[in-house]
Amino acid sequence: MAMPQRLPILLFALVMAAIPFVPGMPPFWIVLLDNIGLSALVAMGLVLLTGVGGLTSFGQAAFCGFGAYTTAVLTTTYGLSPWLTLPLSLLVSGIAAVVLGLVTVRLSGHYLPLGTIAWGIGLFYLFSKLEFLGRNDGISGIPPLSIGSLRMIDPGTIYFAIWIAVLIAALLTMNLLDSRTGRAIRALRRGHIAAEAFGVHAPRAKLLVFIYAAVLAGLSGWLYAHFVRAANPTPFGAQAGIEYLFVAVVGGAGYVWGGVLGAAIVVILKEVLQSYLPLIFGGSSQLETIVFGILLVTLLQLAPTGVWPWLMARLPFTPIRKRPDMSLTLPPRSRATATPSVLLQIDHARKQFGGVIAVNDVSFDVQAREIVALIGPNGAGKSTTFNLITGVLTASSGRISVLGKAINNAPPQDIVKLGISRTFQHVKLVPDMTVLENVAIGAHLRGHCGAISSMFRLDRADEARLLAEAARQIERVGLGEQINQLAGSLSLGQQRIVEIARALCVDPILLLLDEPAAGLRHMEKQQLASLLRQLRDGGMSVLLVEHDMGFVMDLADRIVVLDFGTKIAEGTPGAIKSNPDVIKAYLGAVA
Amino acid sequence: MNTTIMLFLVQDGITNGAIYALLGLALVLVFAVTRVILIPQGEFVTYGALTYASLSAGQFPGTARLALAMGIVAFGFDIYVARKSLRRRLVGRAIIVNIALPAIVFALTYALVGHPSGIAVNIALSLAIVAMIGLFLYRIAFQPIAHTSVLVLLIASVGCHLAMQGFGLLFFGAEGQRGPALSNAAFTLGPLRFTGQSIAVYVVTAAFIVGLWLFFGFTLTGKALRATAVNRLGARLVGIRTTLAGQLAFLMAALIGAVSGILIVPITTLYYDTGFLIGLKGFVAAIIGGLVSYPLTAVAALVVGIVEAFSSFYASDFKEVIVFTLILPVLVLRSLAQPAVEEEKD
Repeated sequence: MAMPQRLPILLFALVMAAIPFVPGMPPFWIVLLDNIGLSALVAMGLVLLTGVGGLTSFGQAAFCGFGAYTTAVLTTTYGLSPWLTLPLSLLVSGIAAVVLGLVTVRLSGHYLPLGTIAWGIGLFYLFSKLEFLGRNDGISGIPPLSIGSLRMIDPGTIYFAIWIAVLIAALLTMNLLDSRTGRAIRALRRGHIAAEAFGVHAPRAKLLVFIYAAVLAGLSGWLYAHFVRAANPTPFGAQAGIEYLFVAVVGGAGYVWGGVLGAAIVVILKEVLQSYLPLIFGGSSQLETIVFGILLVTLLQLAPTGVWPWLMARLPFTPIRKRPDMSLTLPPRSRATATPSVLLQIDHARKQFGGVIAVNDVSFDVQAREIVALIGPNGAGKSTTFNLITGVLTASSGRISVLGKAINNAPPQDIVKLGISRTFQHVKLVPDMTVLENVAIGAHLRGHCGAISSMFRLDRADEARLLAEAARQIERVGLGEQINQLAGSLSLGQQRIVEIARALCVDPILLLLDEPAAGLRHMEKQQLASLLRQLRDGGMSVLLVEHDMGFVMDLADRIVVLDFGTKIAEGTPGAIKSNPDVIKAYLGAVA
Repeated sequence: MNTTIMLFLVQDGITNGAIYALLGLALVLVFAVTRVILIPQGEFVTYGALTYASLSAGQFPGTARLALAMGIVAFGFDIYVARKSLRRRLVGRAIIVNIALPAIVFALTYALVGHPSGIAVNIALSLAIVAMIGLFLYRIAFQPIAHTSVLVLLIASVGCHLAMQGFGLLFFGAEGQRGPALSNAAFTLGPLRFTGQSIAVYVVTAAFIVGLWLFFGFTLTGKALRATAVNRLGARLVGIRTTLAGQLAFLMAALIGAVSGILIVPITTLYYDTGFLIGLKGFVAAIIGGLVSYPLTAVAALVVGIVEAFSSFYASDFKEVIVFTLILPVLVLRSLAQPAVEEEKD
């Protein structure tokens, strides 16, 4: 584990391990640290769920409740050992997450946080009304954790259990984020269309983070139950759920350690307020909620992204990023041995939005080793045609077939499996991921390791090959210098090129490029043109939408012209240039 | 079951549902204009109710002090933001809205407290105090972060809820209060007894629903508010003052909250923290209405009220569980009905 990036974590672990042995350490501080650890576990799940995955949940406290009550019932009523109930607690939280998640992750926009508030409150009332959970009084007399004769009764011993759990959870979470699955999760927050175009199954990825966050909350609940040795509904209610989210946002919702930092800030702040405010203002209770609320609003106004990123930006170090080992290769995507000459056949494709016919019975095809350009004035239906081919939109009628087989409105994840990859007119990269990570999303379907294996670092060989492939494609498009920069920091033209590298990672037979040359300088356009020619000569076909006529006329083997959703011409660049209909569409009627 | 019980439950449900409808409307209003999910809506209810109850009992309500203090802070914010170009008109407006108005209300309250001044005066004072708190709340807490994500606004909203609930305890104590009824008239119709209070609830709710519908559908200001919700930048470009829109929305929401509080405080005892749960049920209705539709929210609120009445009769333990899980199937249906909208966030 002693890799350079892991050094700070190792130091942190050592410091945390040493704290209880510091002479004269007030026991009360240890209790605070225990509470911070418990809260950090839940917040870490929320970091993944909310900060990274973009799913806001107010209901995490309910999952703590599942963890706590499971062990409470099993240890008191059935006399099971706490260690036996640990997997069961996690399992119950996980199953609850599957059930709630199937409903919740399909909610879009603000329905999602509202939905979580609703079931969070519902579950709280359920906990407080069920007879076998002890109703409002809850369950007391839960046995402490014990190893051999060591009974973890006092806060100083369970401290180790809690912080080992926090450290392991942090490591697993960071491993997960730094993997094929992690990249898929990180891509979700920016909308699912780009991720799905490279084979990510968005609802499944969302459900995964939902379950992961719930299991971490369940773990926290299990530890909590054995820490206070009782379980009652109050700590699992709506207020607590709101507070966990608050912890994550304060720390920095996008950062694993932000969860820990946020927990520390909030727990200590509450404690300080509770113990010192009455001294200042004279005994009045409830002042701390007032000050707490006001501080929260102030903090959000000063640092809306949280304290962790603010802190990191002020540290002098930059993280060391290893360059991928380019000698590793990914096996090519399996493809049909005898490639027919027609790759893509569009036959009377039609798309209607209400009364508007965006694509009106358009037919054309793309042959093997051919660059076809789709041109036309704005609003001609070019991007819509792309979306029909790639499954983002379903055609109203007509037939689109790839390699002779109709795709029948297959979803984007299936289209990319056929070897069709694309770029977007409006760049869809994840701005806070590096160029390398963004491009590696393109190779998503060519990796195999799932969430579990990446958490335990069993995915390294697979991962190294994916990154090597991504790095190779980045070199190929000429962005080797920028490989470790954040995608959001590149110019728009370069971002378009990154999208091309990402599409190339699919190992496609057909590349769909939506305005690839927009925002490029003259030299860059020439480089792009020569790259595309090189790709064609290597056996790939390209279908591109482009407005730069010089670029298109120079590059394309064949041009299809759309106007108001209808194909008005098709032919070689020379023929298109002199076609009267095309001139009319672009310049208006000839005098 | 017998018809009388059923009628009773329906009546009870409609009365509660009407209140939820009012709150639901306010939530929809605020969300539609500012994208803030207004968790402190419940506090507006308790503030309105308990201010009214305090005034009726001849006590000086702490909320008047809060309004004045928030006004001063809001004034500070206004001046700080405009520090580079302090024009006399701007400062004048800031003084009138932030300092003079709450000071006048404070002075009036101070002068009138202890005198038997009648229900109407007490109601007017309560409404003025809470409305100003709503206005200043937007100015202080939300206006500086109006451009951020719904999530950040939501967390800020939670912070406001915590602070306001704490103030509620500070001002009104932990004991519950009741206020005098608007009218003691009552009549019976078949087995049902209608009180003047419940009639007032129906009438006020109906008036607000129609009023809001007219306001947003048919007036320029209403349309401007809606435009702000859809696209802040676009609205600004066509000359809509988005900050004013936000302040207006909060003012109206606070007013609606206070009205509902005053309507129910003669019927049920309210505690400093009761508002939260009442607000959440208004929330359920607002969500079922999709946070956009006023008539749908009103209908949903009635359904919530009736479901609550029936479940408190048949399974009183699980009343809240049932009410809150009511949302889930609705949310699923809504999400299925309008799937896969690409959301461009941040």
